[in-house]
Amino acid sequence: MFALEQAESPEKLRRIAIEPVTRVEGHGKVTILLDEDNKIHQVRLHIVEFRGFEAFIEGRPYWEVPVTVQRLCGICPVSHLLAATKAMDLIAGYGALTPTAEKLRRLLHYGQIVQSHALHFFYLSAPDLLLGFDSEAGKRNIVGIASAFPDLARQGVLTRKFGQEIIRHISGKRIHGTGVIPGGMNKALVLGERDALRGDIDAVIEWSLEAVGMIGRLHETEPEFYGRFGESRANMMGLVNEDGDLDFYHGGLRARDADGAGIFDHADYAAYGSLLQEDIKPWSYMKFPHIRTLGAELGWYRVGPLARIQICDRLTTPLAEAERQKFIAFNGGAPAHGALLFHWARMIEMLHAAELARALLEDPDILGTDLMADKGPRREEAVGVIEAPRGTLFHHYRVGADDLVSYCNLIVSTTNNNQAMNESIRKVATQFLTGHEITEGLLNHIEVAIRAYDPCLSCATHAIGQMPLQVELIDAGGALVSRGRKGF
Amino acid sequence: MNANPNGKPPLKVRLATTSLAGCFGCHMSLLDIDERLFELAGLAEFDRSPFTDIKQCGPCDIALIEGGVCNSENVHVLRELRANAKILVAVGACAINGGVPALRNRLKIGDILDKVYRDDSGEVHIPDDPELPASLDKIYPINEIVRIDYFLPGCPPSGDAIWKYLTDLILGRVPRLDHQLLHYD
Ligand code: SF4
Repeated sequence: MFALEQAESPEKLRRIAIEPVTRVEGHGKVTILLDEDNKIHQVRLHIVEFRGFEAFIEGRPYWEVPVTVQRLCGICPVSHLLAATKAMDLIAGYGALTPTAEKLRRLLHYGQIVQSHALHFFYLSAPDLLLGFDSEAGKRNIVGIASAFPDLARQGVLTRKFGQEIIRHISGKRIHGTGVIPGGMNKALVLGERDALRGDIDAVIEWSLEAVGMIGRLHETEPEFYGRFGESRANMMGLVNEDGDLDFYHGGLRARDADGAGIFDHADYAAYGSLLQEDIKPWSYMKFPHIRTLGAELGWYRVGPLARIQICDRLTTPLAEAERQKFIAFNGGAPAHGALLFHWARMIEMLHAAELARALLEDPDILGTDLMADKGPRREEAVGVIEAPRGTLFHHYRVGADDLVSYCNLIVSTTNNNQAMNESIRKVATQFLTGHEITEGLLNHIEVAIRAYDPCLSCATHAIGQMPLQVELIDAGGALVSRGRKGF
Repeated sequence: MNANPNGKPPLKVRLATTSLAGCFGCHMSLLDIDERLFELAGLAEFDRSPFTDIKQCGPCDIALIEGGVCNSENVHVLRELRANAKILVAVGACAINGGVPALRNRLKIGDILDKVYRDDSGEVHIPDDPELPASLDKIYPINEIVRIDYFLPGCPPSGDAIWKYLTDLILGRVPRLDHQLLHYD
């Protein structure tokens, strides 16, 4: 049982709801229960929609899946396109991708990381960080940023645009393009497209570096406040390559505990089912995964930028690695767990992705036309995993000899962060709300912590997962309810 | 002649946007107007929108709706927008016909929930807290719930298409898309 998850006598308490949570992608709400003295007894982030993508993907032809599952999420459609296609590469029997195909997929992915991180920082979170958590609600948005910090707003818009343009050139459309198909790519990048992107990349790297510097300076102004806001000590998980470098596109799973000690390393992601387990709670449609060997109470973990840059041994690009070293030094060398550090980590990753994109744009292979791998025997089952902008994303399929999908399981990045987000908002409630008259500005503090994770509640409402489950049904008094079937 | 005799800033159109059972892609496409966002800020001010902290809709001129209707909360939000907005625009395939989420319409919602919330031992525990709105039996296109004034197709409509449509509406023109801007994918 987690502190502040369940009030003892909820019926006697006052309820405050933040509904809907704004400046996040998708739908969620927060409920807070407090007593007459404004002491907080319960805080929950609820995912309120259920769409069950996995269920209706079953019975669809496998080649249709990568473009259908993109419609899980309009912010990171490329993540779903890539994770699904990585699984379908294997199912359709393709061997190693051609160098050009892999590089195009990587460039596409890096473009998406740039656009998604820019969207999150400049459009969604900068209003809190630069205008103030309790600044005027009506101005706390990108338009407010544009009038207070016009140059910064412009850089943010153009950085996102650059990422979207990479995606458009490679996949045909900025949102829900195609391009990626089982076995490779269906379109080469032509010279004019490559040169258009090359013309802008240096500026994007420059702006990314400025954004990292800005968020670092913000933390320097009040290290205790920014470092401890919504802090929750969590295990961390992400993909690394054989050398231990962060790899957004492919690798093995690494998990470390809150102090940085290893839990597992270079684990084959196809075995995710033996590494992770999910819980259901009656108050959210989003499940609660944890590391199986550690159990639900100790095994919950964090994914995404803050986990990734702290569990990898290095970032392979020089500017981003230098910034990562500064980040680690600033936090005293040990893993740090404050929610707002996500923003810093995210901007370091944006810089890293932009540097990686530049290297690919300078690589002659990127203009190659050998796009399809050789085909071998088909497989019935495969798992595709990538590091999406928000963290590790799992796609798992079984496909029959009739080409139709017979099983689909998705664990989206945001689901991995479910417990961690709940812990962070409970921490903020304890740090800032309890005992105070609850104002709009104070409630926004809760949302600031949620936003730090950059949750994609859009993904989370669609993809519900069909992992082995452990059930925790707790009644209002905190006791475990008998495990009867809950009817619908 | 002074077009602005009292020195007051010219009136801006009030614009609300919401995402129901959509993927947020139509909202992302709205942001794909890129730098024109600053121009839009001169023509319109945002009301309720995922991009602002205005959580309840007030009277407004134009509301853009992304996504179909999948639960009781979507119905409520859609009606709130209809009651407040002079012009309601269904943006994208999901709002117009349910889109990809409506692939679930061939299945029974109870069966899907049963399958998704079944544990190792075969027991089913469907989240049922009163804080969770009830799922509807199907995904409904928004025009089956409220009257819609305009339909803007695409999955999503491109940023250019949204820009053209929106500026036509704001400037009082009949919205029209040229052939290149009209897409259904
Ligand atoms: S129409 Fe397409 S882009 Fe728009 S919400 Fe639906 S799936 Fe997403």
